[in-house]
This record gives sequence, C-alpha cells and structure tokens, in this order.
Amino acid sequence: MKAIVSFVAVLLLVAIGYMGGSAGSTSRFLFGVVAPYSAFAIFVVFMIVRILKWASSPVPFRIPTTAGQQKTLPWIKDSKIENPSSVFGVVIRMALEVLVFRSLFRNLKTQLHEGGRLAYGEAKWLWMAGLAFHYSFAIILFRHLRFFLEKVPYPIQLVESLDSFLQIGAPLLYLTDVALLGAVTYLFIRRVALPQVKYISLIADYFPLFLIFAIGATGVLMRYFTKTDIVGVKTLAMGLISFNPAVPETIGAMFYTHVFLLSVLFAYFPFSKLVHMGGVFMSPTRNMANTSREKRHINPWNYPVHVHTYEEYENDFRDKMKEAGLPVEKE
Amino acid sequence: MKIYNKGLVFSLILVFAAIALFPFLVQGGRVAAKPDPKTDTPEIMQYAQEHGGKKECVESKEWMRGEHMQLLNQWRDSVVRDDNRGYISNTNHQRWNMSLQNGCMKCHSNKKKFCDECHNYLSVKPYCWDCHIQPAEKEEVKS
Amino acid sequence: MSKLPKPAELAKVSYNNPATDWMDTPVEFKPGMYCHGSKPKSLEIVGFPNPRDWRPADADWKLPENWKEILIEGIADRLKKYRSFRLFMDICVRCGACADKCHFFIGTGDPKNMPVLRAELIRSVYRKEFTTAGKILGRMAGARDLTLDVLKEWWYYFYQCTECRRCSVFCPYGIDQAEITIIGRELLNLLGLNIEWIAGPVSNCYMKGNHLGLEPHTIVGNLEYMLDDIETVTGKRIKPSFNRKGAEILFVTPSGDLFADPGTYTCMGYLMLFEELGLDYTWSTYASEGGNFGFFTSNEMGKRLNSKIYAEAKRLGVKWILGGECGHMWRVLSQYMDTWNGPADFLEVPKSPITGTVFENAKSMKMVHIAEFTADLIKNNKLKLDPKRNDHLTVTWHDSCNVSRGMGMLEEPRYVLRNVVNNFVEMPEDTIREKTFCCGSGTGLNASEDMELRMKGGFPRANAAKFVHEHYGVNMLANVCAIDRATLKPLMDYWVPGVNVCGLHELVANAMIMKGEKERTTDLRGEPLPNVQAKEEKA
Repeated sequence: MKAIVSFVAVLLLVAIGYMGGSAGSTSRFLFGVVAPYSAFAIFVVFMIVRILKWASSPVPFRIPTTAGQQKTLPWIKDSKIENPSSVFGVVIRMALEVLVFRSLFRNLKTQLHEGGRLAYGEAKWLWMAGLAFHYSFAIILFRHLRFFLEKVPYPIQLVESLDSFLQIGAPLLYLTDVALLGAVTYLFIRRVALPQVKYISLIADYFPLFLIFAIGATGVLMRYFTKTDIVGVKTLAMGLISFNPAVPETIGAMFYTHVFLLSVLFAYFPFSKLVHMGGVFMSPTRNMANTSREKRHINPWNYPVHVHTYEEYENDFRDKMKEAGLPVEKE
Repeated sequence: MKIYNKGLVFSLILVFAAIALFPFLVQGGRVAAKPDPKTDTPEIMQYAQEHGGKKECVESKEWMRGEHMQLLNQWRDSVVRDDNRGYISNTNHQRWNMSLQNGCMKCHSNKKKFCDECHNYLSVKPYCWDCHIQPAEKEEVKS
Repeated sequence: MSKLPKPAELAKVSYNNPATDWMDTPVEFKPGMYCHGSKPKSLEIVGFPNPRDWRPADADWKLPENWKEILIEGIADRLKKYRSFRLFMDICVRCGACADKCHFFIGTGDPKNMPVLRAELIRSVYRKEFTTAGKILGRMAGARDLTLDVLKEWWYYFYQCTECRRCSVFCPYGIDQAEITIIGRELLNLLGLNIEWIAGPVSNCYMKGNHLGLEPHTIVGNLEYMLDDIETVTGKRIKPSFNRKGAEILFVTPSGDLFADPGTYTCMGYLMLFEELGLDYTWSTYASEGGNFGFFTSNEMGKRLNSKIYAEAKRLGVKWILGGECGHMWRVLSQYMDTWNGPADFLEVPKSPITGTVFENAKSMKMVHIAEFTADLIKNNKLKLDPKRNDHLTVTWHDSCNVSRGMGMLEEPRYVLRNVVNNFVEMPEDTIREKTFCCGSGTGLNASEDMELRMKGGFPRANAAKFVHEHYGVNMLANVCAIDRATLKPLMDYWVPGVNVCGLHELVANAMIMKGEKERTTDLRGEPLPNVQAKEEKA
C-alpha cells in the first residue's frame, strides 16, 4: 500500500514533467530553468541549514561505539581503527564507513533453526547493492559534469571511457546505468519481499527509490532509445551554469521529465532521510576517538546536581558506623 | 544559534558547498560558446548546386542528429557481417552506399569542423578511428 | 506472577508480523514481559515528579493533566542537548540491518523490538511535532500524534531494551538505540513512569550508597562472612579496611558482589588478591556502588549517583581508584564519569604499586578496571598461579555489552583467563567481542516479574553457550559483570542446565597460590578441587 502510494506519486511527477516539457516555451522555461534553479538552491541552502541544526546541539558525552580492543597496556594490541584512540584512527574509521560501508559489511543473517538453534550467516547482498547504488549514482553525477563544464576535463573523460569500456551499442552503454537501475530494483524488491523490512518501511522509503528509478529510466530512455538533441541539452545546462539561461526549442519532453524528477529529488533531499549523506559524518558513535579516560570530555551544559553528601550519609548512619568499628568524621 | 565543533562542521559545509557549486565557480558566469558544425565543404556545396540548391544527407538532418551513431553501427554490421553496402533512405528512398570513408566523409570532408565540433563539446569519443584511417584534411585557407 | 513457559516452547519464536501496520497495532501488556511500576516512595526520595501508586497494566496511569506538553517540551529540550538524538531522529533509512541483531527481537519475534522500529516509536512523534512535512502530511510522512497508547508503547518497549549497543555496531550510520532508549526513559521519568526495579535501587543508592541498600554495618558484616569462608579455604584471615583515610587506592565494586553468590565468590577473589599483593587500599561504605541504575533513569540521576566515587576518593585522600568487575558500571565510568563529575585533579595517574605500570589510558579519569590491573600483574609475573586447580572447569568467556561496545576491554580478561584456567573455549565468533549478546536482563530489567522477557532476551546468549556446552563440554560461563553474574545463572539453568556462572576473579583466586596458605582442598565454593578428587578416588 505504502509502495503504491509512492509509485503513484512518482508517476504523477513523471506526468507533470512530461506535460510541462510538451507545453509551450513558458512552460519549458519553468521546467528547464526555474525548477532546476530553485531545486538546487533549496538543496544547497537547506542541506547546510540541516548540518547547522545538528551542529547546534552539542555532543555532551564521548560515546564512540567501540568495536575492537581499547588502547590500554602497551603489550595488548589495540584496534586502532575499530576502536580509535587518535584522530588518525577516527579519520580512517570514518573513511571506511563512508567509502566502503564498513558497518554494513558486518551484516549477518540470524536464523532460528529447528530445535531452537540459532545460526548466523553471511549477508552481504544489502552491502553490495548499497555500494553499487551509491557508487553508480556518484559516477553518473560525475559523468554529467560533461554537460556543465565547457571544456570537459580529463578525469571525466577517463571515467566515461571506463564506464563504457565494453563498447556495447551506440551510444556506448554505461555500466553504471545498468548498475544503478539494477541496484535500485534490488533495494525495492528487498523492501517488499523481506517481511521485517516491509513492516518497517514508510512511504518515505519507497518514494526515493521510485523517484531515482524514474530519473535513471528517463535518462536511459533519452540516451539509448528516444534520443534528444544533446547539443541543445548542453546549451541549456551551460546556460544554467553561466546564469544565462536559454531554452532551446529542440529538446524533447523526455528531457524535461528527467530534469523535473531530478529537481524534485534535490528539493526533497534536505527534508528526507537522504540527509544521511551529511549526517554520517556527524555520527558521534563513529566520529569520536575512545579517549574519555585519557582526556576529559567537556559537556557544555553540565550543571551542578543535588547529591547526597558524605556528611549527610554519616549523619544518617553515625551510630551504626561506630558500632561496626568504622571511622567517622564527627564523633 | 551556537555551533559546536566548528572546525569539523564548517569544513564539512565547505567541502559540500565546494563540490555542489564547483561547475558554477569554474564557469564564472561566462557565456559558453556553442558548437557550430559546418556543412559547407566544397563537396556539399557542389552536391547542392547539382540538386537545385538542396543540401541532403541519407536521412533528415534532425533524424541524423539523434541517430547517426546507431545508423553507423548498423552500417558497420551490415557491411562487415552481411557484405551488404546498399542503404535505402527512409527519407528520399534513394540508394546510398554504406561507407564511412567513401560515403559520409566524402561529403563531410571536414571532420574537425563537423564531427569533432559537437563530439568535443559533449566529450563524446566515437571509436570510428580506432579502425578507420582519419581523413587527411586540407589546411584551411584564410579568406 | 505469570507462569514461565518451558524452554522448548519459548524457543519456538514466531517472526510473523501482525496483520496490521505497526502504528495501528496497540501495545499489549503481556504478563512476564514487563516490570512493576515505580513506587511513590522511591521517586520521592530522589525528588522525581509524579510519585504515586500505579500499575502498568492499569488503564489510568495517573498522569499529570499536561503530560503531553511535558513530553513534547522534554523532547525539544533533549534535541537541543544531544546531537546524537537529533541526528538519529533524522538519518535512519530503515535499511533493516539492525533488525535481527537485537537479542530481544531474536527472542521475541516482536517487530517493535527491532531497534529501527523501537526508534520509530519516538521518531514518529518527532516528525509530527518537529518537522514541517510531518505536521502537514501526518501519517503520509510517517508521523503520528502522541497519545496515551503511544506513551504506553514507549514505556513497554523502552523497558524491553537493555541499551547493549549491538545494533549500533551494525548500523551504517552508527545509530545507537541505546541513546534513544536512554532519552526515551528520561522522558518517561518526567512523568514518574519508571520501573520499581530501577527506582528502588536508585533511591537506595542515593541514600545508602549502594543499590541493594546495604547499610554500613551490613557491608562490613557481609564481608566478614566472606572472610570466614576465605579462612576455611585458605587458612588465612584477611583484615580489609573500610573508609580509611590515607590509603593509596579506593576500591569500588558493584554492590551485587557483596550480596549473593556467585558475585560473592568474585568478591572473595578481590579480597584474596589484594591481601596477597599487600595492597594499600580501602573499601568505602559511602561509595559502595560501582554500578549506576541512575544511568537507566536519566542523565542527571546517573550523575547524582556517580558523584560519590570522586567525592569519596577526595575525602579519603587516595591516589587513584580501582574498580571491580561490572559491565554498565564501566561504560558509565569510562564514557561519563569524568565528564559529569571531573576533573579528578586531586588524584594521581593510576600506577600499579606492584609492577610500577602507569595506566596512561586512564590518566584523566584516574580509575582502572581490575581486569586491566590483574592482567598487568600476571604479565609481570607477580602472581603464583596454579591453573590446574581450575581443571574441573571448561570455561567460556561472555563479553559484557558495555565493556565491549562502550569501552573495548576484550583482551585483558582473556589474558587473565588463559593464565588461570587450562580449558578455555570461545563461543561462536558472531556472538562474542563487539558482537557479543546481552544477558537479556541489563539496564535494570533483572527483576523476577519479567522472567519471560529475560529468558527470551537471553536466548541468543544462552544458545551460544549451549553450543560450546554440547560441543566442548563447557561448564562455566565467566564474565566481568555483576548483572551477568546475577542473571546468567537463571538463564543457564533455564536454557543450558549444567553451565555455571562465575566472575573472573573467582577463577583468579582459585588458581592463585597465596603465601602461607594451607593446602587447599576445595575451591571458593567449597567444592573439592580436581586433584583432591583424584586422590580420593585412588584411595
């Protein structure tokens, strides 16, 4: 049901984008210029606002999740990355987390067998699909810079040629196009096929999947099937980037659909779970060194509290203490 | 609003903004040049003269713009695999010789001003010339 | 109290979800799955709000009129105070990697015990009250109103989480359900919705210095019994000191060690070790609790109880503090104490008077865990050990949640263990170290009325113990945690009869040859030693 709602919502967006791209030049300006500009502005500004909002709350306690041996006696080998005691260790831990999804790599499948025996099996599919999805998306975004840079720099050319190295068809098939759509499909199927994951899923979990699938699909359609005036596309893109927007007549409605869906994604981003992109860097269980015993961590809102002092305690128990032969401060 | 861990937070924001705004910064508001492929080679001009002033390709200009890469792929397969060099145009129903060097490039003898103009603009690298010999282009004569 | 089902029944866990969406599935208070509500007296003593008689199963919880505002304000306040909370409310993608990592989910099959859904219980309200999308789109955006049913759900499920942090090891963003439970319980405590098993010990600890409410003379008396037993076993009479000014070291351990076996055997181990070393140390009756049930109540209460340790160290003028075997105590001490009640600049950097080793890793907090201390002793050959005395035991090691995932003390106790026993077997690797399973009774859930919950929550731990019991004949589950010692015993008796539970220093003391001791014939539990057994059989 939640999946259907999201699906219909994305279909609706596709329809809006397509109609917008098919209508007159005012509409094309709206969908080709106004929408991407405002979406991008919302994305950048509100992503920064979100990060500042997180940053406006302090980290009162040093709470790294220690996933390895602490630094202690010199002859015990400490786990410098999983339980970092230095900034360097934290940086590596974070890099592994962000670049190769270290924690997700640990994933296990817990199974209850006949006779009440629990077994823990490998479960790397989510990790693999996650990596495939994020890296394809990143590479695709990077590749798209060819539309936004007047002289396409070498690294982008290199990534493009690597991405299409199988030289299938013309225009050459990008492997990341296949990987992205495949990974998104897997992530969706997983969400509906695994009962537990289905049970926890919200509309907000299906929506980005459908949306990103639709963005990928319109892109693929445009590149390999329906075709568009790609020179016109770059002219539009360069117009946007140089703040001289112009809408060529020759770009088809599919392009506007693609751009509109992307605009929706960008505008939706800072208000959704997708903010994990920035949030992962600020996660206190991952970005702190386990040094709370070595160096005092300061809580900015630490305040004095009511305590039961020794004096009060002795007053309560002085006689009993004396009787038990315990020393007292006041006779 | 007090911000905690300023160093970490502002470097995060800076990196994010730098990546997000990178293309804008590179372009710096300059208007980018548009590609302008030239179809004014002597061969094309002569063809036009012979055909009542009409420039004409195997298919319509608009269709060619989107599909030429696929057409060339089909031609290659047809020639190499089936030994078939005859192509009947869907636009003018004439028979054309399927050939890159003796067909396309005969008229479009200006690879640099024609093919490369858009390909470079969009960073497209067709692998035609991995096998075919690039046509020698006449040096442009300054008018 | 409800009747506890047979193990074979409890092991049949159904992982089928209810037919209705979780937001439409109201909480059902199942007997055996929750603890008694806090008593008014326990709350009054520490000045907590809304003290009254109430029962969780009752429809009317006798809440203040404006309970909703109190909670919403409480959430707003905590969003400002804890980045963890604010961040964890925003960034979860519900990938489900945490789901089958939680011992309570594995043992109950209840989807609301998946860490992600436990967090959604509060996240849904956060969306409704603190996000624009939630305010406008409501349920479409995963938001819902804070109703009495929601509150009851919070109570039920935040007291079905032991803050063990296993989920946070697997979360790709490090979202820690422990943080969310900690804050969830803080919120509940704004309305006087604690459980008595926590509130009682908290008030005890506040007034009397320890959770069990042992008064000074009782502490001395309890130790006397142990000293008698030590004399019987070793022939040596030990005279420890209490509240002694000028001692070099203050020793603090969870009060559970003073009260019931098998904790008392561990405590006897400490006494014997310190005697053998001739350590200049003292016990305190004021700071007679290492553990901290206040931490399971609110940050503030945690700090209030914890304050006694530094205060007492200062009053007695010791140089540093040695801590006994405990789990959550060590997360609180290592990640909170110095921040709360430091700086302990009146103390010195801990230095073992026996080996001269300086504990640089504790140079600000000034407190050392006894497993670290003893590992250093053994490494420097300061103890005479005869591990054969433990030959009747095949031991496995249970990593306690908090020392594993909130400190990272994994190798020190293993080093000690390998030196004091000959037969040591690890449980399956996905159930130990940073992936260790909770006993199922931590964070103050070790009451008796929630025994079914405890047996279910401890199911994965017991399962791993059963594996090594059946394959390698393991008959002893050792650990460094007072709650473990108290709770793993019934857990083993229920799931894996034939496996006993002990603390690390019980095994140390059994193996340790003391100067001038008589020839030992029994271990600390009064059971014949293996070599004695063999001799008897020959004769």
